[in-house]
Amino acid sequence: MGWNKKVLRVNLTAGTCIAEPLNMAWANDYLGSRGLATKYLVEETDPKVDPLSPENKMIMSTGPLTGTMTSTGGRYTVVTKGALTGAIACSNSGGFFGAEMKFAGWDMIIFEGKSPKPVYLFVENDKAELRDAAHLWGKTCWETEATIKASHQDPLIRVSSIGGAGENLALYAGIVNDLHRAAGRSGVGAVMGSKNLKAVALRGTQGVSGIKDFAAFMTAVNAGKKVLAENAVTSQGLPKYGTQVLMNVINEMGALPTRNHRDVQFEEAGKISGEAMHEKRATDGKTHLVTNAACFGCTIACGRISRIDETHFSVKNSPKYWGASGGLEYEAAWALGAANGVGDLEALQYANLLCNEHGMDPISFGATVGAAMELYELGILSKEQIGIDAPFGSAEALCKLVEMTAHGEGFGKELGMGSARLCAKYGRPELSMSVKSQEFPAYDGRGIQGIGLAYATSNRGACHLRGYTVASEVLGIPVKTDPLATEGKPELVKAFQDATGIFDSAGICVFTSFAWTLADVQPQLQAACEGDWSMEKLHLVGERIWNMERQYNLAAGLTAKDDDLPPRLKTEAAKTGPAKGMVSGVEKMMPEYYKVRGWSPEGVPEKATLERLGL
Amino acid sequence: MRVTVKLYATLSDYLPAGSKNNRIDVEVADNLAVNAVLAPFSLPPKLTHLVLLNGVFIPADERASTNIKEGDVLAIWPPIAGG
Repeated sequence: MGWNKKVLRVNLTAGTCIAEPLNMAWANDYLGSRGLATKYLVEETDPKVDPLSPENKMIMSTGPLTGTMTSTGGRYTVVTKGALTGAIACSNSGGFFGAEMKFAGWDMIIFEGKSPKPVYLFVENDKAELRDAAHLWGKTCWETEATIKASHQDPLIRVSSIGGAGENLALYAGIVNDLHRAAGRSGVGAVMGSKNLKAVALRGTQGVSGIKDFAAFMTAVNAGKKVLAENAVTSQGLPKYGTQVLMNVINEMGALPTRNHRDVQFEEAGKISGEAMHEKRATDGKTHLVTNAACFGCTIACGRISRIDETHFSVKNSPKYWGASGGLEYEAAWALGAANGVGDLEALQYANLLCNEHGMDPISFGATVGAAMELYELGILSKEQIGIDAPFGSAEALCKLVEMTAHGEGFGKELGMGSARLCAKYGRPELSMSVKSQEFPAYDGRGIQGIGLAYATSNRGACHLRGYTVASEVLGIPVKTDPLATEGKPELVKAFQDATGIFDSAGICVFTSFAWTLADVQPQLQAACEGDWSMEKLHLVGERIWNMERQYNLAAGLTAKDDDLPPRLKTEAAKTGPAKGMVSGVEKMMPEYYKVRGWSPEGVPEKATLERLGL
Repeated sequence: MRVTVKLYATLSDYLPAGSKNNRIDVEVADNLAVNAVLAPFSLPPKLTHLVLLNGVFIPADERASTNIKEGDVLAIWPPIAGG
């Protein structure tokens, strides 16, 4: 039993914090974290609920391997109905917060209702109480964490909080923990803000107990770590260059979305790549990258800690940004850079710092700026409306707009709505590069066909992490497939989606899957958890979680029409690179995807599928 | 004929001194195979992982039989990943 078997239920309306036993029957069917928290949400809320109403719930959840010695076992998930998407949201974060929740004795915390005034939750092992947060409201995530630690006189407290973006209900606001890790996507921070919940502060000293078979667990854990240590990707590639090393790869393949997906190759990709982070700057002779970093229990350490150029226009009068801090990662560097045509690495770092500081998803923010820049170039938005000239490539505009959005000022309020609502407001909804109103990540569905299908079918809106077929289509993990082919991709997408549900629900990082298969995770789960956790069961649970999320979305009002890509991806061919002349084959792949899923042509799970999965 | 070789991540150490932007243009004989073009760089086989010819992946067992032509771009990475 990797579970603590204990749930903390926080009713923000009543101001109560009550312990209750974890539903172990559900744990047996949905494992933990993403899967188990979604089961609770499904059972306890109406899928048609307004995401920002008190009737929506927000669940912070760990998995059975969170807090254990399993490599990367520090993940936690925020599950709720997404403010940006109106779909199921489950946003996953690393750092140290998740493990601390486990050490405090809890598996998950369920937030319901809405506090009449700003509060934060303070948990110290078994004790949990809501405290006044009037003095924290208006503070950044960084200030909030420091203030809470100082007021409790305990630097070891772990904090997850929202910044101004969450307070102002920016629809892609995230929840930031440990300064620069975030449950970033789908607007979970806006849901937290709508509940007047500023932060969750945890202190746990109880360790992790209840591992079913300690000896077998340590054998399995050590075997898993050996696999990671002997794999060149997880032992060398990721720690040295981080995820950002993909910038040149994806650009070379002609699948790097550029200038709001007008282009698929960015002429300045090299300037914002993982390699560029290692180059000495002309201004001060220092490299951008200071060191790599690891989350709790991680033996990969892909995180980036960087230092911005103090002479850069964005920070030359702001010393508070001169120290080493988190970023850049591939997704943020792409969204803030190539998506807008901005090749100024320091400007990207500044924008990324503000996303961390104020709690915003850099993917959705950056991609929304890309949409706004296209509206500006088309003459639909003016300098007066935006507050600054905003052509593609303007680092000045990027830096100004991140400040405005973080503070909810002027045009920043409109950017905070996300690209779907922004483009619809100005009469050009087709210019939003999103699915289910959530912006695309850093891969183009014309040059990598499988990821286009993965975006279209992702339950939480466009996302690469629900089914990272790039591993196969680009990197050859576990086997190489042709990125330009559509044949076989429905099966590939399904396999990645179902397996990812297990990695997410176990409480480990999906990056282990560059070296691990489910066969490496299975012995660790089996030794940690009571019950049967065979390979057969894991495959079943992964598929069950995916279908449960699908059922939630259908009940929320989404349909097969929402499993689609924007017209640009389907009608405007890639201009350069290997995919030149190609569009996404999503419409060709979708019927086959529904079929391999056991869904009707309308995208509804068939009765036999639901029965097979126990749904 | 002239082709471009790009070496990324740790493979950049195998570029001649003074190379910029992870690339070098080289003069090679006509009808050379991918492996032959790369031979002078002495890349460790284990690190010659992701080989793209004009952006298209060339599997290891096809690198000795795939010929390049004038203006082609070869880009090579060691085992890497991202997300």
